[in-house]
Amino acid sequence: MNAELIIFYLFSIFLIISSMRVVISNNPVKSAIYLVFSFFCSAVLWLLLGAEFLSVILILVYVGAVMVLFLFVVMMLDINLSEITSGFVKYLNEGIFVFIIMSALLILFFQNQFADTNKNIITEIIIISDNNTKNLGYILYTEYILAFEIAAVILLLGIISAITLTHKKKSDNKFQDPDMQVNVKKEDRIFIVKDEDSK
Amino acid sequence: MIPMSYYLFLSSILFSISLAGIFLNRKNILIMLMSLELMFLSINFNFIIFGNYLGDLTGQIFVFFILTVIAAESAIGLAIIVVLYRNRHSINVDDIGNLKG
Repeated sequence: MNAELIIFYLFSIFLIISSMRVVISNNPVKSAIYLVFSFFCSAVLWLLLGAEFLSVILILVYVGAVMVLFLFVVMMLDINLSEITSGFVKYLNEGIFVFIIMSALLILFFQNQFADTNKNIITEIIIISDNNTKNLGYILYTEYILAFEIAAVILLLGIISAITLTHKKKSDNKFQDPDMQVNVKKEDRIFIVKDEDSK
Repeated sequence: MIPMSYYLFLSSILFSISLAGIFLNRKNILIMLMSLELMFLSINFNFIIFGNYLGDLTGQIFVFFILTVIAAESAIGLAIIVVLYRNRHSINVDDIGNLKG
């Protein structure tokens, strides 16, 4: 048993246990923390697969930004936990049924199709160099440049929609109205008062 | 070398766990969103595995774009949850059915 296989087994067991805890845990904060841990484990497994850039991105962007957002929202909302977790036992049978059927189907399918042990996967794909990030950037900026720009637009869409949804308009906010500013006349600002006494 | 089928089994178990999680946590929309994230994770696993199997880097490019889309999606979803909480003072999934127009 070589080191690679030991790391694979260790982190896949961690990944499965922590993802089960995400689903089972009745406290959303705990499940968010376990979700962070399962992202970390899968980042290690992606490193084993040779996707170095993506595993770093998974930790930096996902754990660093998206999961922090999740934790913020979970902690900000004052949730009644007993009300939320009441349905858990009710749907336990359905959940276990779905899990068994789905995993059996998928594993049988993959067993039939890809169980060949000599078909090992290539962990190092070389396009222009042996550097994963360099290869990824090379493909991204040549072949997939349109998709890359669309991804930027999608992120902009995310920003705009999140802000417009959560932005609360306060009635006592002081703000400028550009329309009124443009349409202002000289008479609105200056009154010429004739001084009667000086005549 | 680790055989490809091991990774495939891992990702299929992960997918099944997250699918079962959506069924189990019918009341809690936050954990439903987290299960959705786990589901995306297993899909990304499959993309990387098959990309490596075919010796093609396109699988990893696809994972890159999927990560972008999930980030936007989860931001919008959480914003919707915040708005829902502000209106209803609960994020119970059953209360979403009471929304009008």
